[in-house]
Amino acid sequence: MNPFRATSRHVGEHVAEWSIRIVASFSIIVIFLIFIFVFREAMGLFAGPKEAAEAVTQVPADDLRPEVYNPDVMSLEERLAAEAAAAESQDVYNPDAVLAQEPAASNEQDVYNPDAVLAQEPAASNEQEVYNPEVELGTPAPTTSVATPETPAAELADRSLWDKLTGSVWQPVSEIPKYGMVPLFIGTAKTTIVAILIGAPLGILAALYTAFFASRRLRNIVKPAIELLAGFPSVVIGFFCLSIIATYLQDLLGTTFRLNALVGGIGLSITVIPLVYSIAEEALSSVPRSLREASLALGSTEWQTAYRVMLPAAAPGVFAAVLLGVGRAFGETMIALMATGNAPLASWSILEPARTFAATIGSEMGEVVWGSEHYGILFLIGSMLFVVSFGLNAITELYVKQRLIKRFQGK
Amino acid sequence: MAKETPIKARTVDFSFYYGSKQALYNISIPMHQHRVTAFIGPSGCGKSTFLRSINRMNDLIDGTRHTGLMEVDGTDVYSPEVDVTTLRRRVGMVFQKSTPFPKSIYENITYGLSLTQNKPKSELDGIVESCLRRAALWDEVKDRLHHSALGLSGGQQQRLCIARAVSINPEILLMDEPCSALDPISTGKVEELITELKDAYTIVLVTHNMQQAARVSDYTGFFLMGRLIEFDRTRTIFTSPAQKETEDYITGRFG
Repeated sequence: MNPFRATSRHVGEHVAEWSIRIVASFSIIVIFLIFIFVFREAMGLFAGPKEAAEAVTQVPADDLRPEVYNPDVMSLEERLAAEAAAAESQDVYNPDAVLAQEPAASNEQDVYNPDAVLAQEPAASNEQEVYNPEVELGTPAPTTSVATPETPAAELADRSLWDKLTGSVWQPVSEIPKYGMVPLFIGTAKTTIVAILIGAPLGILAALYTAFFASRRLRNIVKPAIELLAGFPSVVIGFFCLSIIATYLQDLLGTTFRLNALVGGIGLSITVIPLVYSIAEEALSSVPRSLREASLALGSTEWQTAYRVMLPAAAPGVFAAVLLGVGRAFGETMIALMATGNAPLASWSILEPARTFAATIGSEMGEVVWGSEHYGILFLIGSMLFVVSFGLNAITELYVKQRLIKRFQGK
Repeated sequence: MAKETPIKARTVDFSFYYGSKQALYNISIPMHQHRVTAFIGPSGCGKSTFLRSINRMNDLIDGTRHTGLMEVDGTDVYSPEVDVTTLRRRVGMVFQKSTPFPKSIYENITYGLSLTQNKPKSELDGIVESCLRRAALWDEVKDRLHHSALGLSGGQQQRLCIARAVSINPEILLMDEPCSALDPISTGKVEELITELKDAYTIVLVTHNMQQAARVSDYTGFFLMGRLIEFDRTRTIFTSPAQKETEDYITGRFG
């Protein structure tokens, strides 16, 4: 008899082991599948300019055209028939051209006019970036309504995807769709920066407080309370910002826009704080207790110990907490949708509305024409969000943990 | 070691409690200036608790309290007008486990000084050198002062901690089993150091190693179950102990 035979194991053990393996690999596969499918939808953009251009051409030219949301279509056609081409170039739906000639002040009140800011820039620079069909058409006034949309389509096809995406106007559902992502980038950047500038210090200070200063009893109350905030539905936080913070902030600062990047950033910081807090707190608590005692035994105060010894020792972990906070603020959709004003302005002012990448998908995906260029671009944004948050997480996992280990092993 | 030196610190009927559990029972000990006072006894007998009561490190633990008197220079360290950070600057401590900060060797030494004053760099350089020399570490680390202290060996780290403790010029130096994690050579170096340091400081040493207590200390106290069984000159304790428990312990019959 084999003296080394395995001791009998229960069938249940095998089942448990295998189900754990399957579930684990399944969750990894799901992450990859999500990325692959999201990116595949966006691939249509790169498949070939012809194909993409056709999609755009057909939509306005078909019978579908009246359904495309564009309030200016009717008035445009009427005017096209009635007026001379020279006069028309002002009336054609091209917000940049029109606004450039109007006083900027009148636009300031219009929250949902994305070009209010552009109006303050020289009109000439916009004309180059944004296609204006009338300039191309020259003097003869178009008599058919079909002629107008076809020309921009042909023109758009010539422009590279990169040029389209780097434009400064996001108007995906106008007659001449503009997919400039610059306003979305600015909107995302400014709300994220506001959220981190508010959320990270508060989260870290709260972590320092509960890790070193609070009595055990207080800590047992404060810690779960902050972490409870992480489980709040973001729509509730969004609604809270939309209805309460926005009003108070407008009363306080007297801002023109009730909903703006600052309100959105504050809303996002409410989700960032518990995340930064719990990770930073974990990092601070994992610093060996003996370091704290050694520092205190040298006659330092609690604050000196926390600030000069514990925080630097936990720095990689705290840095990881901030990075994950950035990822959270970057990808948060509902609060960004509700509290920022959701207007794609290319303005760095935090007191003006903003539109983030995530909120763009959230607000436009429901009405997009399936398979169109717009659809592809929304998925491209989705893949980008995925890559960025994946990257941030990867950095914290790989780089920061390595640093933390090195720090305590002294290599 | 014939001459009696003045008493630097003393306890009178000192008892200490962790919550409802009593850890020390009516301890009365004098600690003489420029002498090494060693405490021996089995694990859990309260000698570390006693040591940590002197510079109030036990304050960090929730729910502790004490009765009796703990005096340093004639002042009760637990009286309300005593500032605990000032107390700890005058009563330094070296721990069982070496605890270098994750900073450079240089910054480890200057940390204690920088807490209260801004000294010019030239002066700091001198202090760092003298502290490291005093801890017999200078020759080993002088070329890598700005490297991480965590790259040092265990014995070097412990000597760095001693250098760090003396950097702020305390009057009393508490040492909580400073050699328990060190090899015999490092232990020898630290013991030499203790003998040198006692000219400048009053040293209170907790040790598991009875030979160590016999080698370096002038006075020895034997703790058992939170009680001080015997306290006398080291030579007396190790040659003609008055109590039977002491004799049993030092001859290795238990503990």
